[in-house]
Amino acid sequence: MAGQHRSGEPGRPKTGDMGRRRFLGYLIAAPTLAVGVKLGEAGFDPEPAVAEAGLPSVLPEVQEVYDLSDLLLDSTRPTANLITVVVNEDGTVSFAMPRSENGQGVTTMAAMLIAEEMDIPVEDVKVEPADARPELLFNQQTQGSNTAITMYTPIRVAAALARGRLLEAAAIKLGDEATNLRTRAGRVISKAGSSIPFAELAAEAASTETREALTQLKPREEYTVIGTEQRRDDIVAAVTGQKTYTTDIDFPEALPTMIARPPTIKGTVESVNNLDQVKNMPGVSDVVTISTDASPRTGPSPSGVAVRARTFGHCIEAIRALDITWGPGSVDGESDESILRQIRDAQAPFNAPSPTPLDQAAGEVPLVTEPLGNVGPTEAIEEEFVFYWRSNAAMEPNVAVADVREDSAEVWTPTQVPIWTQQQVAEELGLPVGKVTVHVMRGGGGFGRRLFNEAPLEAVRVSKQTGKPVRLMWHRADECRAGRAHPMCTSRIRATYSKSLGKVVSFEQRHTGVSTDYTEVFGEMLTSNAARLPFSNELSVSQSVFYLTVNVPYDFGGIVLGYNEIFAFDKFATGSVRNLNNADVRPAQELMVDRLAAKLGKDRLEFRLAHLEEGRAKRVLEKVRDAGEWGRELPKGVAQGVAVHEEYKGVMAVLAEVDARPRTANRQIRGATTGPRVTRVTMAVDVGLPINPLGLRAQLEGGIMTGISHVFTGSLHLRDGNFQEASWDDYRYTRHWNAPPEVNIIVIPPEGERIGGAGEFAVGASTAAVASAYAAASKTMPTTFPIGHEKGLPFTVKSFEPPVPPSPKDGLRAYPAPSAAKGAFNPAR
Amino acid sequence: MPKHTFKVNGRQVTVDIEDDTRLLWVLRDVLGITGPKYGCGINVCKACTSHINGKAFNPCSVPVSKIGPDDEITTIEGLPATVGKDLHPMQEAWIDRDVPQCGYCQPGQIMAAVDKVREVKHKGGTITDEDIDEIRNMCACGTYFRIREAIKQGAEGM
Repeated sequence: MAGQHRSGEPGRPKTGDMGRRRFLGYLIAAPTLAVGVKLGEAGFDPEPAVAEAGLPSVLPEVQEVYDLSDLLLDSTRPTANLITVVVNEDGTVSFAMPRSENGQGVTTMAAMLIAEEMDIPVEDVKVEPADARPELLFNQQTQGSNTAITMYTPIRVAAALARGRLLEAAAIKLGDEATNLRTRAGRVISKAGSSIPFAELAAEAASTETREALTQLKPREEYTVIGTEQRRDDIVAAVTGQKTYTTDIDFPEALPTMIARPPTIKGTVESVNNLDQVKNMPGVSDVVTISTDASPRTGPSPSGVAVRARTFGHCIEAIRALDITWGPGSVDGESDESILRQIRDAQAPFNAPSPTPLDQAAGEVPLVTEPLGNVGPTEAIEEEFVFYWRSNAAMEPNVAVADVREDSAEVWTPTQVPIWTQQQVAEELGLPVGKVTVHVMRGGGGFGRRLFNEAPLEAVRVSKQTGKPVRLMWHRADECRAGRAHPMCTSRIRATYSKSLGKVVSFEQRHTGVSTDYTEVFGEMLTSNAARLPFSNELSVSQSVFYLTVNVPYDFGGIVLGYNEIFAFDKFATGSVRNLNNADVRPAQELMVDRLAAKLGKDRLEFRLAHLEEGRAKRVLEKVRDAGEWGRELPKGVAQGVAVHEEYKGVMAVLAEVDARPRTANRQIRGATTGPRVTRVTMAVDVGLPINPLGLRAQLEGGIMTGISHVFTGSLHLRDGNFQEASWDDYRYTRHWNAPPEVNIIVIPPEGERIGGAGEFAVGASTAAVASAYAAASKTMPTTFPIGHEKGLPFTVKSFEPPVPPSPKDGLRAYPAPSAAKGAFNPAR
Repeated sequence: MPKHTFKVNGRQVTVDIEDDTRLLWVLRDVLGITGPKYGCGINVCKACTSHINGKAFNPCSVPVSKIGPDDEITTIEGLPATVGKDLHPMQEAWIDRDVPQCGYCQPGQIMAAVDKVREVKHKGGTITDEDIDEIRNMCACGTYFRIREAIKQGAEGM
């Protein structure tokens, strides 16, 4: 029965309760019951309670940061860096979560963990993203799919402490022993049957002093909430239009603000030639020249002209009217072709099966090498795959509301890195960090885009210059052309195999690309500054991330992985797109696995099964083989593809079916990029303990849609120093007409308490499986992705000057509207 | 400044604003009706999809001067009232299927779905995968599969 298993006396766990770990937390002096735990060190016994997976090992020693940073002095107070759970007078429980909620469902997950531990209904737990809290150090950032992994234990410890304290308060009221009491549905219940709601205990359970306390957690086998399907905490608000995003906040003085941006990447403003005319346009309040740089105080070169006006419509009209003389950008004249040449010049040679010693400076590190022995005669296959630029834009553009005063500033933005946002804003404004408040808003999609601070920095620059609050939003065209892109890259693979042994002898992959900006990687300024040092971004971060996230799940003898990159981290604006390297590395691998299977005369799926190293991986592959009916009869031009993937402590297999028959690929939907259709996806996933299978499935489905985009159509074309796409009609992410009509996701039932990440997990595997299916259906070997990229521009390019397109006027006649797409386009043709 | 009068979600409103201001900004920035979202401003992403006199349209691409005093605009906020309930059947299906992730595009998705089902029903048919394939509303989280299921479910209640 729920509740009877634990000590009801925080601070005095039963000594006889062997094998149960105790956890340390704090009772906090407050008007109602408040408890806290330290993030990252919630465990009490020597075995670490919180897996710190997801954080690369180059994480600096925390002690170094304490010593270096005056601004973090506060964090030396023992209770400063607590996450706190508060029981309110109405019996509800509040938790300010140091994570961003951009649709991943992490607030819902947190509510479930608290509800589980406290025995209250999930809907009585209110979780919102916390404001920036610099004392949390590295513990307030949302990336690398690490939220479930890092928050699982600390949140439960806080909730368990709160429950224990409620039991104590109830014991006094009932004249009973706390150990005789249990909790259910938000009430404390005695053996005699009397009960008290938490609401009546919230004030009495409050501590008058802040002090340490110990608690134990509910055993796994007694879970009734964790592992069940829970709908999103904001579901009703989301479907009724009541959910408040940054630009929706009620702050009438914060007028809409938009920025005219240069026609080439990282271009500059030389002069504004009609400033007075534009200032006098209807509705316009201010026009100011600002820096749009992603770093604070980077010098005097202005790179945008901001318009603050009554509505965003007035901003757009004013931006279109501005006459600006633009200076050069950072990549003027560069194109896909010129970048590809430079990447190829930098590609490292293959050298398996006898890898040379480490050559750190060249950025080539063999990841795994195993003695090969004498295998007799071998044959080799070799291929180069090219992956073009992909945008990480979300549906909600970059946004920030800012109110900069003389000695303080307040910012609202859906940042994934609030501490870094606060620090960068403070540096930009020359204010102490404590004078900057950063409110973390629920956002309209993250995918890596909100790991950087362009929007809040621009907003505070405009607010400071005008002396007025601003509601800044990027135009969709800015999202494509000034926003961050997953860098263009190549992945070269050489595999050798022995026909006589029927085995793969070596597998070498050399990945080379434009540098990925990892200055955000720890969501904190000191480490970010370290990443800016020469070679530091690539050698300390890019490569670490590569080697920590990339692997070959198959036993292929000698495996060598190498990664190197070109350009400084900020030549282009780059970042991750719902995944780091695996969206490219894995499809390249799996296509080669298909070829190896063919060379060795094996079935593609059975070949994988025979070479998988891990039992869990074999199991998920067998699941999709059976549930997805591998090898079933399909018409000519329709085929299956498969991939297996391990990442974020989980493992999955994906079986996709692609219909590439002409009548499907050439189907006509007005203004749509149709092409081959993914008709069915079967996925089996083992994430250990799925906290909320419903939310997990949503994340995985989303990853499938991104994978489909990566294979067929979703890319940016670089020409003459800028990207040609400028909206959702030319940047062709998966749409309803591309989405698979059948998706079946099998979640392996929970085993133990191993927690895995989900946000990015499905992207690499889905991209790989869809690419594999397309290759089989079309009987081709696709080597450039998306496959439509090199087929020219099937759309009318929108203007660069002015930098935003005109707002249409024919919306009453045109539904659905025309698009820039030149008729139906089949990327495979 | 010109005055513009029309009905939004059953309420008569009058705004003083330039003729060519697109209706989306009148709704969002002047009237504070923030359910319709900005996603592109050029009628391709459909995040602002709302209804005019019961038909879907995109207010980002309609100057306010083209809205007459008798025109009735319905945004996601006013959708439940069109069926006299707290929630429209399509919203109930969206909740049942836990469709949203970030949620930003979902008001537009729901308004487009209601319009598509009405159109199909008007022609005497039932909603098919091919009908859903024609919906243009963009979603970057990738909720398309659950939307597909929810539309079929919501259509049954309409």
